[in-house]
Amino acid sequence: MKHMKARDFLRQRCVLSWTAALIGCLAAAIPAARAELQIEITSGVRDPVPIAIVPFASSGAAASDFDAAGIVQHDLEGSGRFRALPRERMPATPSRAEQVASPSWKAVGSDYVVVGRTQALDNGSLAVDFELVNTLTGARLATQRFTGAPGAMRNAAHRVSDAIYQKILGVRGAFATRIAYVAVDGEPPAQRYQLIVADADGANQHMILESRFPLMSPAWSPDGQWLAYVSFETKHSAVYVQLVRSGERRQVSARAGINGAPAWSPDGHKLALTLGASVGNPDIYVLDLTTQDLTRITDDPAIDTEPEWTPDGKSLFFTSDRAGSPQIYQIGASAGARPKRITFGGNYNARPRVSPDGSQLAMVTLDNGEYRIAIQDLGSGTVRMLSHGHLDESPSFAPNGATLIYSERESGRGSLATVSTDGLTGLRLKASQGEVREPAWGPFSP
Amino acid sequence: MSQKVSMYRVMAVLLLVSVCALTACASKPSKPAGSGEAGMASAGTEGSGAANPNASGGGDDEIAGPQAGLLAKRVVYFDFDSSEIKGEGTDVVAAHAKYLAGSAGARVRLEGHTDERGSREYNIGLGERRAQAVRRALLLQGAADAQISTVSYGEERPAVAGHDETAWAKNRRVEIVYLATAPAPKPKP
Repeated sequence: MKHMKARDFLRQRCVLSWTAALIGCLAAAIPAARAELQIEITSGVRDPVPIAIVPFASSGAAASDFDAAGIVQHDLEGSGRFRALPRERMPATPSRAEQVASPSWKAVGSDYVVVGRTQALDNGSLAVDFELVNTLTGARLATQRFTGAPGAMRNAAHRVSDAIYQKILGVRGAFATRIAYVAVDGEPPAQRYQLIVADADGANQHMILESRFPLMSPAWSPDGQWLAYVSFETKHSAVYVQLVRSGERRQVSARAGINGAPAWSPDGHKLALTLGASVGNPDIYVLDLTTQDLTRITDDPAIDTEPEWTPDGKSLFFTSDRAGSPQIYQIGASAGARPKRITFGGNYNARPRVSPDGSQLAMVTLDNGEYRIAIQDLGSGTVRMLSHGHLDESPSFAPNGATLIYSERESGRGSLATVSTDGLTGLRLKASQGEVREPAWGPFSP
Repeated sequence: MSQKVSMYRVMAVLLLVSVCALTACASKPSKPAGSGEAGMASAGTEGSGAANPNASGGGDDEIAGPQAGLLAKRVVYFDFDSSEIKGEGTDVVAAHAKYLAGSAGARVRLEGHTDERGSREYNIGLGERRAQAVRRALLLQGAADAQISTVSYGEERPAVAGHDETAWAKNRRVEIVYLATAPAPKPKP
């Protein structure tokens, strides 16, 4: 065991040096052309909240180019829970709560008005202030300032959206979060695979890895700093962890057979993995990222894969076909624990993802010949179908638990879609070229 | 092993980018990520984007291998959700087993694949099951364990595009890939 740890330590150090060298070579890299993501709202609630988001006043040249109100409007309407008043129908353009004449806004049907100001500060950063007014009562419900570098202004606007969403709906918004996904371009067998990180609305895309061989299963660390993923770049599966900001990465598992399905423990210290061993029998293991200790969790001749931690870090959900067809089981995250079967409906339930509060399980289920996203209440066992595609897969919860993102195959091409966990609202993020898949929704940023 | 030695090894990989360096590395603790193979991935820094330095291919360990008769056939096809070798696949596997049994220096990589239906990591398991089925058949017919390695790509590397049974049938497969040089010692699990 001691020998193994030393070996892994050396391996890591080597990988880091090599990666640094590689990044050095890429200093003059030309940004690759990336497919834009376009949003299409596919469903919304019957009675969305009517709201007016007045263009923000701006002072300073740097501030005037930035339409914070436009981003807030895009966020809130994209959630399917709000209907925004078109700008040309606005009776006035106030920028402070005390300037809002509630009756005139009530007359055009807006229950709420958002006003704000974008301002360049002396230190070069920008500030976004907003206020939220209830036109029925005339009360100012919220006021807040977000500051940041000019490059972080989209994020500041998303934080305004988060605050409004929380104030009106009582649930923290997840607009100021990020997603990771895999983009694939080209025709088989000559395809190109990219790992992309973008804002939750699909904007602000950054490619963090590119390969001629498959990249799959991106998973965020709980602090949002790292992505774990599977890469076949060595013509063998291996699991890597990579710092999103710097691109620095290390290989954490390249054992014989399968290395797959990485999942970070809630404390960020461990990775649950699927390892195939030399005879090709996939089982669930837990790798301690600090000590490199490896603990075998399942030991069954069936396929055991797709581990997912419970929020308390004490147990894992996983997919297994030990009973003949793939079903979801739960097992304690320690050696020798016994699994308990969780799903019983139908003959295909796979890829479990648990809601942040631990109460619900999203999964891929075979429903009348179509692969769809279902959600099971872990208390009552009730299962609801959330998506309606042919080949929906890879569900991932938003950190507020209100929405799931997943991938679908729409007219033969992979795109991303979201659906609220009550099934009422949804939208689609479609790539302008190639296909996108395996979305992973990142955590709240601090 | 000192860090210095490890560093020299890394530099050797960078300079040579050869099969030699690769196999040497694979047997050593300090194998770096993306050890100079054709499909090497490139990590980018956020915001700068990243080019792929190896987009045009390069050194590889794949060779043409034997071409006589059935040996020219390198793909074994499977039914949906099955890892049973059937029909012509049986004869193709038998031909390769016979060749491997008679050519101790030859080695193959079995690449298992599935169609696009179902969840991706589960399909990695299914592809591995198919590759293992072919491996066992080769071993039973005289090939040696050291001649065979396996990898599962699941549904990640389809042979053909398309989303119907015609395409799916072509994608549920194991590809037999002949490799150059003697096998590298397998990493310990």
